Amino acid sequence: MRAFTQHTGLVGPMDRANVDTDLIIPKQFLKSIKRSGFGPNAFDELRYLDEGSPEKPNEGRPINTEFPLNLERYQGASVLLTRKNFGCGSSREHAPWALDEYGFRAIIAPSFADIFFNNCFKNGLLPIVLPEDTVEQLFAEMYAQEGYRLTVDLAQQVVVKPNGETLTFEVDEFRKHCLLNGFDDIGVTLRDADKITAYEQARKQTAPWLFNFGA
Amino acid sequence: MAGKTLYDKLWDLHVVSQRDDGSALIYIDRHIVHEVTSPQAFEGLRLAKRKPWRVDSVVATPDHNVPTTSAERANGIAGIADPTSKIQVQTLDDNCDELGILEFKINDQRQGIVHVVGPESGACLPGMTIVCGDSHTSTNGALGALSIGIGTSEVEHVLATQCLVAKKMKNMLIRVDGELGLGVTPKDVVLAIIGTIGTAGGTGYAIEFGGDVFKAMTMEGRLTVCNMAIEAGARAGMVAVDATTLKYVKDKTFAPKDEAWDMAVAQWNQLHSDNDAMFDEVVAIDGALIEPQVSWGTSPEMVVPVTGKVPNPVNEVDEVKKTGIERALEYMGLKADQAISDIHIDRVFIGSCTNSRIEDMRAAAAVVQGRQKAASVKEAIVVPGSGLVKQQAEAEGLDKIFVAAGFEWREPGCSMCLAMNADRLNDGEHCASTSNRNFEGRQGYGGRTHLVSPAMAAAAGIAGHFIDVRTMGEVQ
Repeated sequence: MRAFTQHTGLVGPMDRANVDTDLIIPKQFLKSIKRSGFGPNAFDELRYLDEGSPEKPNEGRPINTEFPLNLERYQGASVLLTRKNFGCGSSREHAPWALDEYGFRAIIAPSFADIFFNNCFKNGLLPIVLPEDTVEQLFAEMYAQEGYRLTVDLAQQVVVKPNGETLTFEVDEFRKHCLLNGFDDIGVTLRDADKITAYEQARKQTAPWLFNFGA
Repeated sequence: MAGKTLYDKLWDLHVVSQRDDGSALIYIDRHIVHEVTSPQAFEGLRLAKRKPWRVDSVVATPDHNVPTTSAERANGIAGIADPTSKIQVQTLDDNCDELGILEFKINDQRQGIVHVVGPESGACLPGMTIVCGDSHTSTNGALGALSIGIGTSEVEHVLATQCLVAKKMKNMLIRVDGELGLGVTPKDVVLAIIGTIGTAGGTGYAIEFGGDVFKAMTMEGRLTVCNMAIEAGARAGMVAVDATTLKYVKDKTFAPKDEAWDMAVAQWNQLHSDNDAMFDEVVAIDGALIEPQVSWGTSPEMVVPVTGKVPNPVNEVDEVKKTGIERALEYMGLKADQAISDIHIDRVFIGSCTNSRIEDMRAAAAVVQGRQKAASVKEAIVVPGSGLVKQQAEAEGLDKIFVAAGFEWREPGCSMCLAMNADRLNDGEHCASTSNRNFEGRQGYGGRTHLVSPAMAAAAGIAGHFIDVRTMGEVQ
């Protein structure tokens, strides 16, 4: 996995609550058996004025010029600023894959849906929870100032504003450790293979019906 | 010391290793796999030259992409018209064949929607930890299991290690006491719950559904309720094991038999929250006050009783919510204060992992029996959740009742719940749907979904608009 240590980037808005994963990447794109290729269709139904499909080239499709992320001033945005319960709905990891490929490295919101939140960490994408009024303030500053950039420092667990003000955020220790080092967490878990085997042996005694499935 | 909740007990039973930072390695007993979220996980294993830890813990079936018309289905994978869907279903077969994973293939009688197949086959049992790369995995918690939806990286992680790295969630109890009125179903109960606590109300929690209403509810009803726990934000929903659970599980194909059954039951009987268990949050709802529900907007929390009206944004003080209502009204093509019964529908979808079990089929058939689909309704499709549900429904003659009423009887799959196959809404069409999500575009680009119970969907199909099923005479 790609490591995340520190990132400075342009902030782009997704100014609504309860953005679901269907909106982040519509289902027709989930038919792919690959991990890549979703970026050009992130927020497809908002970005374009017609219906997208995996077979259809995106070049030449009518652009929704009212969708904020399509505006010139947000081109190249790599920090997504959004509202509460971001990423609700389906467990599709295609959602973080699409956002990552679009160019986002961090997402700031007052809250995230659990499965999406989890999926982000597996892909080097950092979801940051900040209080609702802080997020409101960031929205106001971003709208007021073209080229508004934030620095995210994972080791220090701070978001640094253009004026130098810092906003601290919480992050799970294990997830932070994996993200800072770009660790593959399967490798980390397999260091405990002996413990898993020992658990299994004990369970076979107490709950044998769990171990003869399909036999 | 306070007693344990059901979730505490299930968690404690499965801790392999507790880490200093509060996370733990949790052992996974059953892993259910479908074609959409697994190919990248299998590919990941191959690239890292890893093997599955325990192949006999995995069961797979294709469901999201499979066509539901008999004609397209007759030729199996070769008959799938959409080439990308075909590749995805074929890839699942190839991965399962290569690794020796038990799979109910496309035209196997046991094929169906993962969350219908798991419980009905006995692959999912009380006391288990169950995962699947699908958010509606919360369904299986109805059995008294810890069952959660995971992403593709976690699918790969569980395949490789038989474990999930997780932090313990908080405990929430949702108590619904009293008795449900006639014509009020488990779907109405869970929609009313989501309307009360909101789509993020359960975020960070494992929800236990308790109280008179769930005690009296059938197993299939409990599966419907737990299915939608994720729509309230909770990765896990669950109901305590009782006589209803044991009766349902007994004699299922993969349920323990003979001595193993007795041994299992002795343990399963402990799977309830202790009387002195502490919950971080308790929500109490009066079951007698719940009416048949209809969602009007683009989030499952945007739901009102069928006797109600579409909300008016001027009455909302929260600015973010207000713009949310305005946007939803525009997308749905509805007016503020419009009566729910004035919403006309174009299509009916009865199916999905929420409502495609035999009791759902029966409830819908009871409403349409001897009646006719409204001429203004373009299409009404009934999609059973599995080959076995289909077989049972046909044995009871339900298929004939639907067809006689002008409804189509289809082959099992996820179908129009998320429209990955050919079953979908056209731009602007309103659908009375028994599925679980009314998100923008979910059932087709520009499609307008209204979430309802099977009886209410059937009733809307007959009337051409939403109608209180309780006013239609004989209902269950």
